[in-house]
Amino acid sequence: MPKRPLPQPTPETREFWEGASRRELRIQRCRGCGRAYWYPRPFCPNCSSKDVEWFTASGKGRLHTYVIVHRAAPGFQDWAPYVIAIVELEEGPHMMSNVVGIEPAPEHLPVGLPLEVTWEQQEDGIALPLFRPAGSTP
Amino acid sequence: MSLRMSAAVVGAAETDSVAVQPDKSEIQLHAEAALNALADAGMSKDDVDGVLCAGQSPVLVAEYLGITPTFIDGTSVGGCSFMLHVRHAAAAIQAGLCKTALITHGQSGRSRVGAGGWGGSRQTLSGQFEEPYGVAGPPTRFTIPILRHMHEYGTTHEQLASVAVATRRWAERNPRAMMRDPITVDDVLQSRMIAYPVHLLECCLVTDGGGALVLVAAERAKDFPKRPVYVLGTGESSEHSMISMMHDFTESRAFKIAGQLAFAEAGIARKDIDHAMFYDAFAHTPMFALEALGFVGKGESGPFFEAMRTAPGGDFPLNTNGGGLSYTHTGMYGMFALQESVRQLRGEAAAQLPDVRTSIAHGVGGMFHAAGTIIFTNDDRA
Repeated sequence: MPKRPLPQPTPETREFWEGASRRELRIQRCRGCGRAYWYPRPFCPNCSSKDVEWFTASGKGRLHTYVIVHRAAPGFQDWAPYVIAIVELEEGPHMMSNVVGIEPAPEHLPVGLPLEVTWEQQEDGIALPLFRPAGSTP
Repeated sequence: MSLRMSAAVVGAAETDSVAVQPDKSEIQLHAEAALNALADAGMSKDDVDGVLCAGQSPVLVAEYLGITPTFIDGTSVGGCSFMLHVRHAAAAIQAGLCKTALITHGQSGRSRVGAGGWGGSRQTLSGQFEEPYGVAGPPTRFTIPILRHMHEYGTTHEQLASVAVATRRWAERNPRAMMRDPITVDDVLQSRMIAYPVHLLECCLVTDGGGALVLVAAERAKDFPKRPVYVLGTGESSEHSMISMMHDFTESRAFKIAGQLAFAEAGIARKDIDHAMFYDAFAHTPMFALEALGFVGKGESGPFFEAMRTAPGGDFPLNTNGGGLSYTHTGMYGMFALQESVRQLRGEAAAQLPDVRTSIAHGVGGMFHAAGTIIFTNDDRA
């Protein structure tokens, strides 16, 4: 497991990180225009409505695009090569994450690959959402 | 209000070296570039009443040079900041906020002497939602869109590598360029993998240096020693701050908007452009620019570069100084793209093209975060 620079929640993002500690992928949706969005903020980035709600996303998504990092970030050297991906959630929004549970090689990572969320427990009570190929064993 | 032909560059220069300079601090690189550009314009610092810069504070640059300005702009949105500064300087001059604008860039990107820092706190949005996943600066973030472009348009690794090869061929002609040895597509593809699909030779250099521009109102432009380079069209935009928020990973919205604004203001067609500088932080950045600025259709940039149309002898001379890939890349390279546009329009470039009447300098800020586009001409009747 890499030594990650861990997030510090802010008032607007606390609900997400508290959900993560319960293994729930909490994101937001606008009641006005109906769109789900990411990252957390108390209004809709599409229509500016403040009538927004939190909900638990399915945790399913697809591999939208990615890189396989060979020149690692500090703390990640022993983990390289690793995948930094943009995951297209089933509900629509894009989210950055790592794809784990699969050999980090292009032939195993076709764009569009179905993914599902998995959690990596950190210190400070933080759990990070990572993604693995759908249906694979954790 | 249009900025078309409102202002002109009458002074332009880079630092004495644009390579590795551990003997100079970042603020000194600003100052060296500024003094060189003022000398080029036949002016002194006392002629300057507008100060614009990125990286360091314009207030510090003014203090360091001994200038008391009436117009200050510290727009700092990454490597295209200087394109935005040209636009803002022209607007300020037109509005009477200043008469002589000095735009400076200096960056100790390689040696890190007195340099500004990267990265923010763990409470920032990037600190919460990108940095925990092991992003290691631009090579792992700026490059994320590439595979999506390949997936949707069939863009190949060889096409991506061709950008670096074509650019190196210009650098071979420029004695100031840091990397001048010829390279092939195979060389690029066999160089070290940095972040798949990007190899070392598809990444920009990391250097120390700077550049500066002096702008005045177009009607004053002929009062100075060098051939004026007029501002014909300008544009700017921004799209996101985190790469994960890019709307469409196959195109830059900010590039498109900045380019459309610049061409609309200039009132010229794509075919009227004689010379182009597209910020090349990585091999794919000029591909995205070529498409977003409308020189080719969406997804068509790969074959265009593979055919070496941007290389010496091609019909679309691009990044003729050798670019960020082979000339220099201090961190915020946009200033050097502007400098080469000015040199080509003055007839002073190392790899000088014949009959250049128009040049476009298009910059990216951050990792597709922001964009600035400037179209210049040397034709006072344009």
